[in-house]
Amino acid sequence: MSPLAFDIAHLLAGSMVVVSFLLLYQDRITGVLNVFAVQAIILALAVAFQAWSQGAPHLYLTALIALIVKGGIIPLALHRIVRELGIHREIEKVVGVGLTMLVGLALTALAVIVVLPIAQEAGRVGREDLAFALAVILLGLLMMITRRNAVTQVVGFMSLENGLVLAATGAKGMPLVVEISVAFSILIAFIVFGIFVFRIRERFDTVDVHALERFRGD
Amino acid sequence: MRLLLDLLAQGLQMTLVLAAAPLLVGWTRKLRARLLRRRGPDLVQPYRDLVRLLRKEPVIAHSASPYFRVAPYLVFASTWIAAALVPTYATGLMFHWATDLIAIVAFLGFARFALGLAGMDVGTAFGGIGSSREVMIASLAEPAMLLVVFTLALLAGSTQLSAIAEFLVREPVGLRVSLGLALVALLMVAIAENARIPVDNPTTHLELTMVHEAMVLEYSGRHLALIEAASALKLTAYFSLVACLFFPFGMVTSTSSPLLYPLGILAWMAKIAVLGAVLAVFETAVAKLRVFRVPEFLGGAFVLGFLGTLLLFVSRAL
Amino acid sequence: MLEFLVLIVALLAASGALGVIRALDPRRPLLVYGIALVLCLGGLAVVLGHRVMGAPVLRLVLPLGLPWVGVHLRLDALAGFFLLVINLVGALVSLFALGYGRHASEPGRVLPFYGPFLAAMQLVCLADDAFSFLFAWELMSLVSFFLVLVEHEKESSHQAARVYLLMAAGGTFSLLLAMGVLAGADGGYSFDAIRGQERAEATVVSVFLLALIGAGSKAGLIPVHAWLPLAHPAAPSHVSALMSGVMTKVAIYGFVRLVFDLLGGVALGPSVIVLILGGISAVLGVLYALMEHDLKRLLAYHTVENIGIITAALGLALAFAAAGFDLLAALALTAGLFHVLNHALFKSLLFCGAGAVLHATGTRDMERLGGLLRRMPTTGISFLLGCAAISALPPLNGFVSEWLLFQAILQSPILVSLPIVLVVPAVGALLALAAALAAACFVKAYGVVFLSRPRSAEAAAAREVDPFSRAAMLAFAGLCLLLGVIPGLIVDALAPVGELLLTAHLPSQLGNPWLSLQPLPTSASSYNGLVLLSFLLIAGGLTAVVLHRFGGAGLRLGPIWDCGYPDPAPSTQYTATSFAQPIRRVFGTVLFRARETVTMPPPLATAAARLEVRLEDPIWERLYVPVARAVLAAADRLNPLQFQTIRRYLVLVFLSLVGLLVLAAARS
Repeated sequence: MSPLAFDIAHLLAGSMVVVSFLLLYQDRITGVLNVFAVQAIILALAVAFQAWSQGAPHLYLTALIALIVKGGIIPLALHRIVRELGIHREIEKVVGVGLTMLVGLALTALAVIVVLPIAQEAGRVGREDLAFALAVILLGLLMMITRRNAVTQVVGFMSLENGLVLAATGAKGMPLVVEISVAFSILIAFIVFGIFVFRIRERFDTVDVHALERFRGD
Repeated sequence: MRLLLDLLAQGLQMTLVLAAAPLLVGWTRKLRARLLRRRGPDLVQPYRDLVRLLRKEPVIAHSASPYFRVAPYLVFASTWIAAALVPTYATGLMFHWATDLIAIVAFLGFARFALGLAGMDVGTAFGGIGSSREVMIASLAEPAMLLVVFTLALLAGSTQLSAIAEFLVREPVGLRVSLGLALVALLMVAIAENARIPVDNPTTHLELTMVHEAMVLEYSGRHLALIEAASALKLTAYFSLVACLFFPFGMVTSTSSPLLYPLGILAWMAKIAVLGAVLAVFETAVAKLRVFRVPEFLGGAFVLGFLGTLLLFVSRAL
Repeated sequence: MLEFLVLIVALLAASGALGVIRALDPRRPLLVYGIALVLCLGGLAVVLGHRVMGAPVLRLVLPLGLPWVGVHLRLDALAGFFLLVINLVGALVSLFALGYGRHASEPGRVLPFYGPFLAAMQLVCLADDAFSFLFAWELMSLVSFFLVLVEHEKESSHQAARVYLLMAAGGTFSLLLAMGVLAGADGGYSFDAIRGQERAEATVVSVFLLALIGAGSKAGLIPVHAWLPLAHPAAPSHVSALMSGVMTKVAIYGFVRLVFDLLGGVALGPSVIVLILGGISAVLGVLYALMEHDLKRLLAYHTVENIGIITAALGLALAFAAAGFDLLAALALTAGLFHVLNHALFKSLLFCGAGAVLHATGTRDMERLGGLLRRMPTTGISFLLGCAAISALPPLNGFVSEWLLFQAILQSPILVSLPIVLVVPAVGALLALAAALAAACFVKAYGVVFLSRPRSAEAAAAREVDPFSRAAMLAFAGLCLLLGVIPGLIVDALAPVGELLLTAHLPSQLGNPWLSLQPLPTSASSYNGLVLLSFLLIAGGLTAVVLHRFGGAGLRLGPIWDCGYPDPAPSTQYTATSFAQPIRRVFGTVLFRARETVTMPPPLATAAARLEVRLEDPIWERLYVPVARAVLAAADRLNPLQFQTIRRYLVLVFLSLVGLLVLAAARS
């Protein structure tokens, strides 16, 4: 692989991590959704670039799915939900932004430290993508646990899934069937989440999942 | 003869930054005004302001100590030297080895220390609020700055500004997301250090949100002129730093002929003019942050700086 | 040569006896300080002579101490450097004390211990066998314990002394174990015997950890720092200067001697522990200091910070040495030891300044001070230089050592091992944060104490101190500036230390053009404080001349402007507590659980509003209190043992004996 191609792959995968941090930094729901769309678009670019450089045409399909579904449909739909529910306020956080970001940095470092030595056979780009993908996954999880709002939890989950796709494409591609099924399961998950959000809202007048805790059976 | 030429080139840089700094301020002010659909003051208005202040008789509070009168000279001289030691139009000038990136940042820190003390001197609530917030902001900006230094030093193998600039011109660095991150982090630090929107508002008065202006509230006359000139110089220094570290194209290297200096000067002016324009656009596009959101802003710069280092390590380790 | 030093140490120790006699004669208690000054200057001359001779290794065995063992003494480059620090600072502090000691309320509680304290510290550096090392170490702790107790009528002194004695005993115990493990089963207690041994990895790590705890607790490394901010301020100010400036450095010496020299370095993993502890100490130390408004306690917390910086440098040196990069290890070690000298200079200066302020105003509470620069110009100017130096601002000395450390940190990617490579920049960021916070803290300290308007009648009536004190403070400040401008002096002086411990040293600096500093030939990074200082003076002077020539030199005095709402009451100024508010809010809410409660009077009532700030010391609450509780609980459980019959005691003794015998049988 030429140095330039490597640099481009590095740039795209690195940008995914940076955008994950931007997601953590946002404090407005609309901002979160926009940044999420940007991440999906970068993911699509990264996958498309891999498709070109690996000569694997089926990856173009993955890129297309990422672009249309996650870069377009889902953010738009979420925007609609937010608008209809009238919840575009600041997001309530469990932990402050600064601390979350520091934890995020530590997680990213951890991902790099764990992946780089063990994935020796995956090739340069593959190792790097794996490391960054793990970072994106961890940051997605972090976002889910540090936010109280159901919509941002959905976004955290989706961003986590972006990481999975990045890992899969870096590791010389997974079979197309698997990818499509993953994409569909995400779509279904989104629908389930969406319904849940509406139901929660109908029931409790808020999407703060904190409100649910009172009803937890022990 | 050689020595004389070298001295001249260094002296030229010193006068150049001093002469250009108010112009840069005028340029950003003009652009901001145009963006807000105002006519805006003349480009040379900052020079007139400085001259006017220099002519006025300074008024000093009874309770001020002798330090209060010395501080403006310390602030001005240290900022001027820091600005003059950042390579502008050429690398490898006579005293380029006297400081490196860390020392430049620390020397600007010296100026801030001197000014922060001056803010405490007269013994007012405004001065105290300005000083305490200024040092809080600085303490958050410094770690982010170090990580930017780290990224650059990792690439170029040196913290010497001329060496980094020459390295970046000479070597094919390729597409480096780390450099991009370091650039953004440095710009955020520069915004915070120069008291610009969204961290501080250089035009505000009589507001509890002001930081830098509150600190220098008691100054007047030539002392105020020196402080104003110092803040213009600081902006120039940071812009030259960005230009030298990330856009070193068009700089005259130490091996080429001094006849190229005019071209280098033009390139430098163009670069800082563009940066000034970017600043003006940015400042009109964002709103000022509450003071206690500033840590988050600078925390963002820190995260970007650290990510830059991290990504560089990853691509190195492969 | 070594004999001279031993003589000086013996005389210093003997001057304690003179102190007892002198203390009975309240008219002239100063002879002791005069003698200490002369002896320290003599020691300084010997050490400098030793360095000029190329720092050879000199040995001496005295027929004292344990029979057949004797007292082994040795003077090498490392000991020489620390003796230089002790004698230099000791001489200047004695000069300060010539004036300051006159005001002591009870000289009889200081004078007998002053000389022995200086002697014990020198003896630690000279010792060449485990027995004399530990003896000197314990002597140093014990003598300083009495010095902490000088103001015995205060309850706070008692508490400080108790905590200090406990932690010093713990630290020495830890060092005792370290020495025992080092000597091994065969028990060669001279350092030469220890040096030559081969050791298993586990032994090395356990000695290393014990040395870290033992020396760290004496140096004030977090989390074993708790005694330091209590004990250092409790002593009289010139003794505080010695304790903070010098005794913590002797602890650093102990660590370097044990780990670098006797143990011959450690693996990469343990060295990272040192690095991380250093970074954490630096940041937490300065944050504690920022929350403080007692001037001497603030300075004591800054000692924790600077010890952190030194420790981080030592950790980095260990890491480089473990990976085989001796030159880089020498760079980090040079940075750390340079900072040892720098901190000794500016911290002693600042403590002397705090002593002068305390004498002039009778208080160390910053909220009652202010405006002292006008009343005490010499103290004020030298204190300002000390503040700038400790804040790591160029062109002073504190910056040079931190710059060297950052240069070493920037070379760390060469240690390819991944976790470490990521830890080092993080520690670098911590150190940068600490430096910036230190600058913030000293803007606060200087701004509140020496600038602004006096906050109390005592501060308004302060008088400049005596000429001895002023001379000492000016000398300290001058040295801070000199070492910042010509750092090559110290970097070159440290070359034999690097050669001794790491078999590598930095290239000679004094031969560089314009006396600039360029530690690594491979990287072009260089720094020149001389050029910076002259530029600063020329540019500042030129500006002043030009402005006064063409713009007029007129000046009008007027009332305070303050946006048109000036308030004549000095209590409306920013105080130390209010200055720290932004930083308390950013860092303190999580770290110290800072809570501010405002009590407003009801409308129309004329009572004052109250703002209360409550802080919690996280380390004390989470570490020390549980340990203390556990000890108390265990003591309660064991209490019944005190009330047994004699037969039961015999049973216990018998069972222990049998148990030990079984253990011995199992081992063989």
